[in-house]
Amino acid sequence: MKSAVLVFPGINRERDMARALRLVSGREPAMVWHAETSLPEGTDLVVVPGGFSYGDYLRCGAIAARSPVMDAVRAFASRGGLVLGVCNGFQILCESGLLPGILMRNARLKFICHDVHLRVERSDTPFTRGYNAGQVIRVPVAHGEGNYAADEETIRRLEGEGRVLYRYCSPSGEIGDTHNINGAAQSIAGIINERGNVLGMMPHPENHVEGIMGCTDGRGLFAGLVAHLERAA
Amino acid sequence: MKARVTVTLKTGILDPQGKAIEGALKSLGVDGIASVRQGKVFDIELAGADKAKAEAVLKAAADKLLANTVIENYRVEVLG
Repeated sequence: MKSAVLVFPGINRERDMARALRLVSGREPAMVWHAETSLPEGTDLVVVPGGFSYGDYLRCGAIAARSPVMDAVRAFASRGGLVLGVCNGFQILCESGLLPGILMRNARLKFICHDVHLRVERSDTPFTRGYNAGQVIRVPVAHGEGNYAADEETIRRLEGEGRVLYRYCSPSGEIGDTHNINGAAQSIAGIINERGNVLGMMPHPENHVEGIMGCTDGRGLFAGLVAHLERAA
Repeated sequence: MKARVTVTLKTGILDPQGKAIEGALKSLGVDGIASVRQGKVFDIELAGADKAKAEAVLKAAADKLLANTVIENYRVEVLG
């Protein structure tokens, strides 16, 4: 799997992401500066990492979403290339129009930084094939604006088309207000685009890929992508 | 030429910041406030002097960057 990690001013999770990609895929990802107008030849996966691009000025991800490299990412996605956005990366994908909706201020206004449980809603996508449908995984979150919102019609379509891949839940997989950490519509933690090749999610699977972190539940996401690409090749 | 773009949340969009400000105003004893919605104001200095062109420039700025029209409305004013 040849991956490319985008780097914007103010991003701070790009090295965690690169480390996870290297550990799971065995290949060093390319780091791609936001001013680039093209992606490295043969890229299989583009990752938009977390952090605080442009200091979250204006709206989270708004300025990064309009940088030159995003035109290349849009073209890559329209050819069916895989794109993963985590945390600020999810916000950037929403602002760039690659995913619908927006991430609003957390309902209780607090920055949330701890492990959460996610229910994997289906396993038949490149982003979830490393898991079983209904499986509960534990990964960290660290965000102040993760409250997913969209108009009613968009939410209906996301649900109707099975495009919610990850949802906040209890350790045993129940969905409800008490487990919906940031007030997101339908407890949404991660969604895919209509074509199924772009995933945005608030939690950080890249931080739970090695034993030293005390949990390796995030590994399945990356291992699933590697398996998907090997099968496609 | 001076101009102003005002960006506000659409009706029905939850505004936790506005709610917190509303609560703070009430606890300060500022009477008569029914509700608060928070928005943004951009004061912009325009390079040209053509008023019609200025509106088009401001609309482009708002559509392309200043507002996210999924959740926000905007209003442009050329102040002269």
